[in-house]
Amino acid sequence: MRVALFTTCLVDALFPDAGQATVQVLEHLGQPVEFPLEQTCCGQMHANSGYFEVALVRRYVEVFSSYDAVVVPSGSCAASIHHQHPMIARAAGEHWLAKRAEAIATKTFELSQFLVDVMGTDDVGAYFPHRVTYHPTCHSIRMLGVRDRPLRLLRKVRGIDLVELPRWDQCCGFGGTFSIKNPDVSAAMLADKMEAVIMTGAEVLCAGDRSCLMHIGGGLDRIRAGIRTLHLAEILASTEPGYGTNQLPTDTAETTR
Amino acid sequence: MSAGETIWVDNPPFPANAKQAVNDAQLRRNIRNATSTIRQRRATMVEELPDWQQLRTAGAAIKDEVLAHLDRYLEQFEQAATQRGAHVHWARDADEANCIVSSLVAATGEREVIKVKSMATQEIGLVEALAKRGINAYETDLAELIVQLGHDRPSHIVVPAIHKNRREIREIFLREMGDAPADLSDDPHALAEAARRHLRRKFLQAKVAISGANFAIAETGSLLVAESEGNGRMCLTLPDTLISVVGIEKLLPTFRDLEVFLQLLPRSSTGERMNPYNSVWTGVTPGDGPQQVHIVLLDNGRTNVLRDQIGRQALRCIRCAACLNVCPVYERTGGHAYGATYPGPIGAVLTPQLVGVEHAATLPFASSLCGYCYEVCPVKIDIPTVLVKLRHDVVKAKQPSAEGALFAAAGAVMRGRRRWTRALRLAPLMRLFRHGGPPPISRWTAVRDLPEPPRQSFRDWWVSRSVTKRGDQQ
Repeated sequence: MRVALFTTCLVDALFPDAGQATVQVLEHLGQPVEFPLEQTCCGQMHANSGYFEVALVRRYVEVFSSYDAVVVPSGSCAASIHHQHPMIARAAGEHWLAKRAEAIATKTFELSQFLVDVMGTDDVGAYFPHRVTYHPTCHSIRMLGVRDRPLRLLRKVRGIDLVELPRWDQCCGFGGTFSIKNPDVSAAMLADKMEAVIMTGAEVLCAGDRSCLMHIGGGLDRIRAGIRTLHLAEILASTEPGYGTNQLPTDTAETTR
Repeated sequence: MSAGETIWVDNPPFPANAKQAVNDAQLRRNIRNATSTIRQRRATMVEELPDWQQLRTAGAAIKDEVLAHLDRYLEQFEQAATQRGAHVHWARDADEANCIVSSLVAATGEREVIKVKSMATQEIGLVEALAKRGINAYETDLAELIVQLGHDRPSHIVVPAIHKNRREIREIFLREMGDAPADLSDDPHALAEAARRHLRRKFLQAKVAISGANFAIAETGSLLVAESEGNGRMCLTLPDTLISVVGIEKLLPTFRDLEVFLQLLPRSSTGERMNPYNSVWTGVTPGDGPQQVHIVLLDNGRTNVLRDQIGRQALRCIRCAACLNVCPVYERTGGHAYGATYPGPIGAVLTPQLVGVEHAATLPFASSLCGYCYEVCPVKIDIPTVLVKLRHDVVKAKQPSAEGALFAAAGAVMRGRRRWTRALRLAPLMRLFRHGGPPPISRWTAVRDLPEPPRQSFRDWWVSRSVTKRGDQQ
């Protein structure tokens, strides 16, 4: 199975640790992964702001069409690829592209979906002895339907003290450019989310989307809450000293394209 | 009065209204308490139905059938209702509807009418239009009465006075009702009793009532009003003349379709298994109830909405307000911030389509696209998708702007691998603005830090790792 990683533009630019952790988890499970360097962005930020960049849809389709599966460490971007790409193509009158986008969407998996549904495991052999609370991001649960897959993966992590986030179904208020266009409502939503996170006593807030974590984490940093944010992949990539190794296996795929 | 006057939106724009609203501590508390209570009740009621998802699918399908053949169902309805003695009128817009209703009331010689709670009459500004003709219309729904006495505007589709708590309601009653007991307490029962006594006189005197309808049955020509208080039933049965203003999308093909909708509506709107009062009437029943029955079928922008393949699903709406009760934005701003008859997520997709996106350009952006509205919608309106589509319409209708230039530039960078790779190397510059930057960055940094930029991008790491690995293998 040829598997490609679509890191998302945000992880590529600002949160490479989440991308590296995704690679580590997959390789640790014996699944080689490729990173086509032609990839850039799925176009979600544009679309959700009203700018339909059909060129980015075309780019995604062209870059990833030759793979058997694409893994995305983001519920939001995976959902955009599933639901928005065909719509954007159709709005531009490109019906053939819409068909191809639909076909590639069926091979595009958010990380927890790929691990549980394709790799068939909810135990990746991770070790993370910290108090963690998990925020299910809106797009991952409501647009994509990852359900409890991330939690199943987290529950199997050795040493973890996983505490439920109160009012976990509430949006953190990020919403892409919503946070800029409606800064006051966004800030009010963020305040309530931060309160919920702090109430758990967790030292780490985990989610499957670096974008939402950037938002909540940005708020937590501002008030010096002393709570770290980590992408799901980063917790799943943590291993017990001596159990795993941060050295990369030698049999992994080469850079492609 | 034209639709442009009655539907007042984007002036001031949503973000400005929202800024005021989020700082109103009393409003925030009132709405948080009320929506979380209704939300919980709805969840309990929905959980007990094993076929809820099938019901939603059926509800959406029935409404889509109506919308696809609206012309046919409307004529069928008109014929059936007329046969049973109702007079059916057609109103293209708010002006026409208000004219028709005013003339009908004037013809009775009455100067006072009682009203059943109705979104359609809110939408066309009927009470204000009647006042201009010297006719007083009294709201009889308890919450609408509170709003009317308080010279206020409704802020919720089902619970129009949701922004007021009982202490505030007591003050309004004491100040405005005229016949409220001087020792009125803020106990809900006492408040309801005061309203009951106040309204009873109106019910017994009124000769004309005005209503909307939750559903109109094409097959039989019947109308249905669902309510909790029984005040609606008083209006629908006691007066001689009954005038109902009904949006053309309210149709259902057959009486049997109520089987689906009378499960979906009460559970979604008030979190009840059944509405305490479901009043159904078909034309005139000789010797029983109103003997003059008029139905005004209202378009007011709805056929324009039908044109849009993505947007038209908004016309499935049965006004349950479940989307308002779960919306994190509505919870923090209340309904007035939307500046229109229909607030909340459904308002954000309905209003711009009814009045034109250029008149409500900030409403499609009044959402974080969290999708909770879609999850609870009993007729499966994919509100987030419609919002994104309307955002696209707003952008297309807009003059060239700085924002547009910024997105165009970002798009150009992301369309090319080399440009993108080079742009990523500028990330460390973000360090300058981590704790505060110029607009629009300041809107972020007002309450959040920007992340510490990484030493290298993912792709630079990947390339260097591949080089190292190749070296190792040799």
